[in-house]
Amino acid sequence: MKNDSSKKVLLIIPSRIMVRGIEGVFSDLGEFRVEGILSDISRTSETRLKNMDADLIIIDPVVFDYATRPSGRSYIAEYTDAAVVALQTIVMEDDVWKQYDEVISIYDAPPVIIRKLRTALSAHQELPKPDSHELSSREKEILICVAKGMLNKEIADLYNISIYTVITHRKNITRKTGIRTVAGLTVYALLNNLIDSSSVE
Amino acid sequence: MNRTENEASRMVLSPSMKLADLIELNYSLLAVLSRLGIDLGFGENTVGEVCEEHGIDLSSFLLICGIYTYDDYIAPNDLLKAGNPADVVKYLHSSHSFYLDDELKKLEKSLEELVAPCDETQKKIIYRFFSEYRKEVENHFAYEEETVFPYVKSLLSGGSRNGYSIEQFEENHSNIDEKLNDLKNIVMKYLPSVCDTVLRNSVLYHIFFLEEDLDKHTLIENNVLVPMVTRLEEHEKRQQ
Ligand SMILES: [Fe+2]
Ligand SMILES: [Fe+2]
Repeated sequence: MKNDSSKKVLLIIPSRIMVRGIEGVFSDLGEFRVEGILSDISRTSETRLKNMDADLIIIDPVVFDYATRPSGRSYIAEYTDAAVVALQTIVMEDDVWKQYDEVISIYDAPPVIIRKLRTALSAHQELPKPDSHELSSREKEILICVAKGMLNKEIADLYNISIYTVITHRKNITRKTGIRTVAGLTVYALLNNLIDSSSVE
Repeated sequence: MNRTENEASRMVLSPSMKLADLIELNYSLLAVLSRLGIDLGFGENTVGEVCEEHGIDLSSFLLICGIYTYDDYIAPNDLLKAGNPADVVKYLHSSHSFYLDDELKKLEKSLEELVAPCDETQKKIIYRFFSEYRKEVENHFAYEEETVFPYVKSLLSGGSRNGYSIEQFEENHSNIDEKLNDLKNIVMKYLPSVCDTVLRNSVLYHIFFLEEDLDKHTLIENNVLVPMVTRLEEHEKRQQ
């Protein structure tokens, strides 16, 4: 009995036990199904990452070595624009978890896991679709912060979003306006009355 | 101004070509001539004759003109081998003064005229942006003038290297096109409508010209100067 409307999930998890566990949770509760499993990040997995059009990815960040862990989310983003949820199997620094759309723990109850996956999917879908030419209201808010000289991390903390999301917004702002530097964005914000001169002194 | 042509119709720049025909092929080379100290009024003289008359190394001249004329120009090895890096440095140096003393001053003046009807805050922030841009260009040029060019000259005269190598320049050489590109977008898309359209166009033409010219300038540094100096360094190493 296969539900075709169920969301396709790609697991990037080295532990077979964890994979079995998640498959179990999914088959009990429906809604999500495992479409593919990768046990590491290698050349061949990169190709599968690109070609499999998953709605959601669950990744155990241990697949990245220590140095690349903090940028793991953007690494994935180079291959797919699926929502990405981290699976917490060991303790890591806060920055590692913050970049993901959600974090599930191995101690979470199955309904909690499903709820978190739903949240991740809907939060991810709220990200602006790249076809609009006008700045969205969230992009304007972020542009104002950038013009005031705030760092990505400060912006992420202010709006309680991941750094990765901030970077995506900033890329979209640059793509839409054609303006790449902070100084240029400040001029833009002022000319469009998004800020006044007192905030850039 | 996109002057890339397909391979078949592409003219090979050669010493026997009349200089006037070369300019006919790509008039932006007029700026190159003046930076090399070649005055107009060269009559029917060929590229080779004019270079000889002005004491300019022919290979370097052809390399510079090639980069200016074809977007996907690949510097031929024989020209790189025969060319004198001192002439390339001389050209780059006079382009630096040309940008700082003429072009950026002119651009600043016309920009000031353009934004004159804007309110004080808007003017202030645009002036500030422009002076940040100029500072960036000045710093970029200063490094080349104070570190890279003296190094090339000392290498040519068999002097000491002081632990420097052209690789350090190659690795850290940045583009200085971001702020100019931002300025272009600001002038084109976001200045208030009180700004005069004719002035706005002329500022835009100027920015487009500078953008392309600076891009070629960087290409000459990366694709002509660097390989020439690398060859020189290798040659010196073999002699030791
Ligand atoms: Fe330069
Ligand atoms: Fe340069």
